[in-house]
Amino acid sequence: MSSLSVTRAPSQHRYRGWVLPIAGVALWWLAANQGWSDSGLLVSPQKVAVTAWEQVTSGQFWRAISSSLARNLSGFFIGTVLGLILGCLLGFSRIFERVVGPSFNTFKQISLFAWIPLISVWFGLGDVAKVVFLSLAALVPVVVNTCDGLRNVPNAFLEVAKVYGFSRWQTVIGVMLPAALPSIFTGIYLALVYSWLATIGAEYLLVSGDGIGNTLIDGSEHFMMDLVLFGMVIIGLVGWGLNVLARRLERRMQRLYGITPR
Amino acid sequence: MARATAPLLDQGRAHAKKLAPVERLPNFPARAPRRVAAAKRPSPAWQTRAVNLVLPWLLPLALLGLWYLGTERGWLSEQVLPPPAYVYQTLTDLFSTGDLWLNASASLQRVVVGFLIGSGLGVTLGLVMGLSKTVEDYVLPTFNALVQIPVLGWMPFALLLFGIGEPLKYVLIAHAALVPVTLCTLQAFHQVPKRLLEVGQAYGFSQRQIVTDIVLPSAVAPIFTGLRLGFTKAWLSLVVVELLASSEGLGYLIAYGRQLFQLDLVMAAVVVVGTVGLLIDRAFEIIERRLNKGRALTPGRVI
Repeated sequence: MSSLSVTRAPSQHRYRGWVLPIAGVALWWLAANQGWSDSGLLVSPQKVAVTAWEQVTSGQFWRAISSSLARNLSGFFIGTVLGLILGCLLGFSRIFERVVGPSFNTFKQISLFAWIPLISVWFGLGDVAKVVFLSLAALVPVVVNTCDGLRNVPNAFLEVAKVYGFSRWQTVIGVMLPAALPSIFTGIYLALVYSWLATIGAEYLLVSGDGIGNTLIDGSEHFMMDLVLFGMVIIGLVGWGLNVLARRLERRMQRLYGITPR
Repeated sequence: MARATAPLLDQGRAHAKKLAPVERLPNFPARAPRRVAAAKRPSPAWQTRAVNLVLPWLLPLALLGLWYLGTERGWLSEQVLPPPAYVYQTLTDLFSTGDLWLNASASLQRVVVGFLIGSGLGVTLGLVMGLSKTVEDYVLPTFNALVQIPVLGWMPFALLLFGIGEPLKYVLIAHAALVPVTLCTLQAFHQVPKRLLEVGQAYGFSQRQIVTDIVLPSAVAPIFTGLRLGFTKAWLSLVVVELLASSEGLGYLIAYGRQLFQLDLVMAAVVVVGTVGLLIDRAFEIIERRLNKGRALTPGRVI
């Protein structure tokens, strides 16, 4: 989702971006402390901060975040590797594309979370099931973008390769893969974003063990709004961090290969 | 051209004799000249068409065969993988008893209402931000920050606020649709074809005329792309929401089947969810392609 976010030139009014969040927090603080509502759900910002501090110092937070991230990264890694293989096969081989392509396109239309019940029956509720689900989530964007990138190599490049009498292997290594790299990176980048989303989903629907998603469920089940808000902020921050990291890496790789950024 | 250069060429040739020998061209990769094979006779048209028609079905049929064989030979127990005939039976049962219609219509109603709310708000928000840089400066950073939290992250929060009734579903689906619609609308404003803007300026259009006559018409197609994306997201989150909290709907069918260990029901429901999603996406795609016809201009910023 966040892959869509609009990037823009820094404006001279940077402070304006802070007005709304600060006003929001101030209003929240006022509402909670002046007792505008006696609902137990309206927790004050201080309480959220206290809960956050408790979570961090008691080590619960670290356990949750480390198991979530470990799951996320292993699923992402497996999914990306498999996705690259499948994407290359689809991109290079016409026959393979015609046999597997339509099935794959139908498969990717099925809402990812619809697989959860089947996965839970086949693989249980533990980490195996979660990693399988995460790999599926990471696989799809990698396959789509790798295949697209290889199919859309400019014809002029291929003609040059032909003129120089490149062998098939030389064409693939020297021309097609470098030309497809930007698109492949986009796929990997999307996979990182999606796999974080799917991590939360997996912890939510395959409830067992530690994880930041489980922290959220705990908070929700015990009507502890402070815990829920803390979990939401952490999910947002981690998602943002992964996003920034992926974009950095992408840019560096592009510079390394002398490709102009998208 | 050729006539004009001919005498020049002759002169050049005369000069060349006096000049130093031409430098060597860069080496070609050292390979034996490839022997060009005689072109294969193309196979008749009906044959290629038949192959094209058959190939996509190979894999699904093979999987189906494997599935059938696996359950027939008892490699896997029926609880883990129900036989295909059984799933088909469940699917037809769902059709004939009207259960399917009941649940599908509940789901569709939710997704349509949520999508309408979300995309309406999204288009408005995107329009306002696109038209006024001031609003964009104020709102966009906060929006981008909130977008980082996925729908599932909002779920417990919304659950506490709204309970597990219908409003919860509408809110979450609307939120899912809102994000891509807003961002695509805003992007549409940032990527108005530059040439059209220049034409507008050359003709002395007022700011308002530029917006109504150039920006809005050219923004229609990207906004539609946003709507399509938004619908995909809405459908996806509908399934999640129904899996987690509902008493009817396609997602509920899946959750129900899972609880009772009726995998045939789960699979039948997954098939229905996939088919409906696919059909709607196709419809959007066709409209989108029609809207996108003849649009290939360099983008530029309006405001």
